[in-house]
Order: sequence, then C-alpha cells, then structure tokens
Amino acid sequence: MPKQPSLTSFWKAMWAVVWKDLSAERRSREIFSVMVVFSLLVVIISNFALDLNPKTQREITAGMLWITFTFAGTLGLNRSMAIEKENNCLDGLLLSPVDRTAILFGKVIGNLLFIFMVEIIVLPLFSIFNNINLLNAGLLITLVLGSIGYVVVGTFLSTITVQTRTGNILLPILQFPIILPVIISAVRASTFFLQNQPMELIWPNLNLMIAFDLIYIALGVIFFDYLVEE
Amino acid sequence: MKPQPLILKILNWVSGILLVIATYLAIIWAPTEAVMGDVQRVFYFHVATGWVGMIGFLLAVFSGIMYLIKSDLKWDTIGLAGIEIGLIFSFINIVTGSIWARPIWNTWWTWDPRLVTATIMELVYLAYLMLRQGIDDPIRRARFGAIYAILGFVSVPFSFLSIRIWRTIHPVVVGSGDPGAEGTFDMTPDMQTAFFFSLFTFTVFGITLLWHRIRIGQLQDKVEQKKLELMS
Repeated sequence: MPKQPSLTSFWKAMWAVVWKDLSAERRSREIFSVMVVFSLLVVIISNFALDLNPKTQREITAGMLWITFTFAGTLGLNRSMAIEKENNCLDGLLLSPVDRTAILFGKVIGNLLFIFMVEIIVLPLFSIFNNINLLNAGLLITLVLGSIGYVVVGTFLSTITVQTRTGNILLPILQFPIILPVIISAVRASTFFLQNQPMELIWPNLNLMIAFDLIYIALGVIFFDYLVEE
Repeated sequence: MKPQPLILKILNWVSGILLVIATYLAIIWAPTEAVMGDVQRVFYFHVATGWVGMIGFLLAVFSGIMYLIKSDLKWDTIGLAGIEIGLIFSFINIVTGSIWARPIWNTWWTWDPRLVTATIMELVYLAYLMLRQGIDDPIRRARFGAIYAILGFVSVPFSFLSIRIWRTIHPVVVGSGDPGAEGTFDMTPDMQTAFFFSLFTFTVFGITLLWHRIRIGQLQDKVEQKKLELMS
C-alpha cells in the first residue's frame, strides 16, 4: 500500500494525471477529434434516418443530443484507457507511490474535460443544423450532471474492460445498462428546460442525477483498489 | 464428482412433485378471474419466477461482497450460480408478463418502470456473463465479476425511479393498489392458496437448481485447475 497520503500530495497526483492526459491529447489530438467528428456524423445520420418535421424535431432534440454524446463518449473512454494499456503505462501509474484514488479521479477529470470540450463544440453546431437555440443555462447544468455520471461509470468500467481479452467492444455493453437512469433523467430534464417547463417538474430528474453521481463516485473510490491490485 | 447428497436427492423429487401440484392449482383448481378470464392464471407463475429471479440476483450481490472481503473462490461459484438462475427465472417472468399484457393492456410491451427495470437487470447480468468470458485468470475474473455484480445492482433502483418519475400502469396485486394501474384484481382465498403455493414451489425449485449449478461450478473449477496443472 502507498504511504499515508496527505491531501496536497493527493491533489498533486490527481492533477498530474489530468495534465498528462491533456498534454498527450494536445500532441496527438486522437481522442478529441475522433469524438467531435463522430458526434457530427451521428447528428447528420439521425437527421436523415428520422427525417422529421420541424415540430417533432424540436421535441426530440434533447434525446438526439444524449444519443450523440452517449455514443461519442464510448469512443473517448475506450481510447483514453487503451493508451494507458499500451506500453504498460497503467502499471507505471500504479507503481507510483500515490493514492490510487488520485489516479482514478485524474482519469475521470481528464475524460470529463474531453467530453465537455466535445459538448461545447457540438452544441452550437447542433443549434445551427436544427435551427434551435440550445444555449440554455439549465441544459448546460443537465449536461454537466449527466456527463459526470456517465464518465465516472465509464472510466471505472474501462479499467475493467481494458484488462479483458475482448477489450474495448465490451465497454458499452457493461456501461449502458448501468447509466440508463442517468440518460433517462438527463433527457427528461433537458427536454423540460428547452420547453421552459416549471422547475418542480425538473427537480426530481436533477436530484436523481445528483444522487447517482455521488453514489457512483463513492463506489468508484471503494472498489478502485480491487480493480487494479495484482 | 461427489455423489449428490441425500437432501439434494430429496429436493429433486420434492420440487418435481411441487411443480406438478402448483401447475394443477394454477391452471385447474384456482377460480377463473371474472374480468380477465383464464389469462390471469399466468400471474401465479409470473410473480413466483420474478421472485426467484430477484433472489438469484440478490444472492449474487451478497456473494460479490463476500468474495471481495474473503477472497475465497467459493463465493464466486455461488455468485455465478445465482446470476444464471436469476437470468433464467427473470426471463420467464418477463415472457409470462408479456403474454398477460397482450390481452389486458392490449400490447406485448410498454415502457413501464417495472418492465424496463426487469429487462435492464437482465441486460446487466448478461453483460456480466460476457465480461467473465473475456477473462482467463480465475482470480481476476472473480474480482471483476464481483465488482460488476454489485455496481450493476446499485443502478437497478435508479432505473426504476427514473422511469417512475414518468408514470406507471403496472398493477400491484400484493400490498397496496395504485388506482391508476390497469389489470389489477382482488385475490379470492382460493387464488391466494394457489399463489402462495406457487411462490413456495418456485422457491424450492430455485434452491434445488441453484444447488445443482453450484456443484457444476465446483466441477468446472476442478477442471480448470487440472488444466493449469497440466500446462505448468
């Protein structure tokens, strides 16, 4: 076990992992560009696959958004953990004398930043393509809450799938059934925000996402040691 | 393989006999429900299989926790057995529910919280089996399996709640009734007898199957060990 870590060493280790992911990404631009282009392709394909009239389109905008981010997110999560597996980087990370939780949080924050960047780029484009204003504060809060739950579960599970024979293709199979409640609540809350519905309709959905996020963060902390111990 | 212990041999026969009686009670003996007719009889097996399925999954979660504490592969075998039993019985539960829903709700399927929750639980534990297939090292397989069994189960009530916030039409026959539910009914004493007998039967049947599955699991472990010994 690593030595009793102090809070400052925890923060340092966590930000070091985040920084490592960001600078690797800045040089390779592998994850980010793939996620953005993939998102746009999902937007375009669903537009033609569904071929909706403008009114229906407005009603299902939130659903389309979340489908896009759910699928694009898997690509990013898979890649982010696969990089660690190449050249045994994960072993190197785990051998470093820091709290393992700091590594988990570092990876989670790195992945969150990637998905946020994708969302920031896709949202305005989505607004333009579908002629609907998506720059809504409530929608942004929902995106943050939903993405946290999505990324926490996804990062944790990608640590599992990267160590299996089947590898990457397993991640969505493991992740999607678990994050279903987040997606349901997120779509609900997003739709309500876009329709300017009263907050009392929206709160239950937001609360559920907050509870989900907190519980899965806690579970991640509890179980991460078991995941990487040899 | 060790011969079956006496209790298991008795259980084999008892569950067989109980199943015959329960079928008789449900199909012939119980009175026909006034509004729904014969299709209501599916209810006796529908609830009982759902109950056994849930017990199987709960056992898997418990075994998962025990494995992580004790690191004893025995718990992995029990957990896997629980999940396989859970998957089969939940599947029967969903199919029988669908058969009932066709005439009563006028549709095979609706996106009601209970239906979706049952299905998503089925998918979580199918994913669990796929995860296990992808890992060769038995210890790692047991550890990842245990963690996933727990993580997956925690999400189940969230799924239920998130859809519940929308609405539900699924009837609640046992316990309090929701006035919005469609297809609900009051059980007569005879129906209750058939119902509780069926519940008891499937519990015994589930335990018997579980026991057999654990024995097969032990045999699988032994084969795997021999293989490893041969290769080393």
